[in-house]
Amino acid sequence: MLTRLIPHPLLSLTLVVVWLGLVNTFTLGNLILGSIIGLVVPMLTAAYWPNRPSIARPLKVVEYVLVVLWDILVANIEVAMVILFKREPAIHSQWIPIPLELKSAEAITVLAGTITLTPGTVSTMLAADGSAILVHCLHTDEPDTVRDQIKTRYERRLLEIFP
Amino acid sequence: MSIFAEIIVSIALVVSGIFGLVGSYGLVKLKNTLQRLHAPTKATTLGVGGALIGSMIFFYAKTGHISVHELLISLFLFLTAPITANFIAKAYLARNMHQKDLPPTDGEFGWSVYDDPPEADTDR
Repeated sequence: MLTRLIPHPLLSLTLVVVWLGLVNTFTLGNLILGSIIGLVVPMLTAAYWPNRPSIARPLKVVEYVLVVLWDILVANIEVAMVILFKREPAIHSQWIPIPLELKSAEAITVLAGTITLTPGTVSTMLAADGSAILVHCLHTDEPDTVRDQIKTRYERRLLEIFP
Repeated sequence: MSIFAEIIVSIALVVSGIFGLVGSYGLVKLKNTLQRLHAPTKATTLGVGGALIGSMIFFYAKTGHISVHELLISLFLFLTAPITANFIAKAYLARNMHQKDLPPTDGEFGWSVYDDPPEADTDR
């Protein structure tokens, strides 16, 4: 009964939070309206979500977001230094293929988004069977270090979040 | 508004302006399309982020209410910016490069732009 009423609790919660953010004032009326949207939209769209992602450890999500925000800050400064102070021939751009252990589509999407959001690396495409991701790195002399950093900092955490 | 809040807002705006400028300068300076793709990712993260943090602090100091529109803007940006970059990169690869220019996947299948996926056996 509850699973029929709330087929996708995470989507419902996200819709309520985004609705409250959009109206920008927290009142009981807005909360009720947001809850109605959070209940009706997942029910109407349940047929389009055959495999719902489940998040195993919500606290790990908070840790992951903080790690990514910090890395974005650090990488921004590094890339700004490359752009401002390196002469064009001294910028060594490289392709870095990274083998993936992640299997779920949602986890790979989050990883690809994270790689692109941290300046200096852009995820360009997956292998046809999703077993590797091709990353373009703006400047590095040690492609192995970049690969290991992405695997240990992001992929290991995502493996814990999306089982 | 207190002088302290004004200083913090100014710092956030200056940081945002600097990173926006460096990102745009990168577009001019870098020579290769894929290198240029790195510049806008910087402008959308710290460049826009700095302006949004400045805006949040400004409205909190002025009205006393926390405005969450800025958080939603960054949420939507973080959802959409990587998709755009990914599409530009894929279009570039499909038009200008070949499988042999790229490192191998170390798997059975090649990169998805050039190689067909395995037969689907799951939820189709």
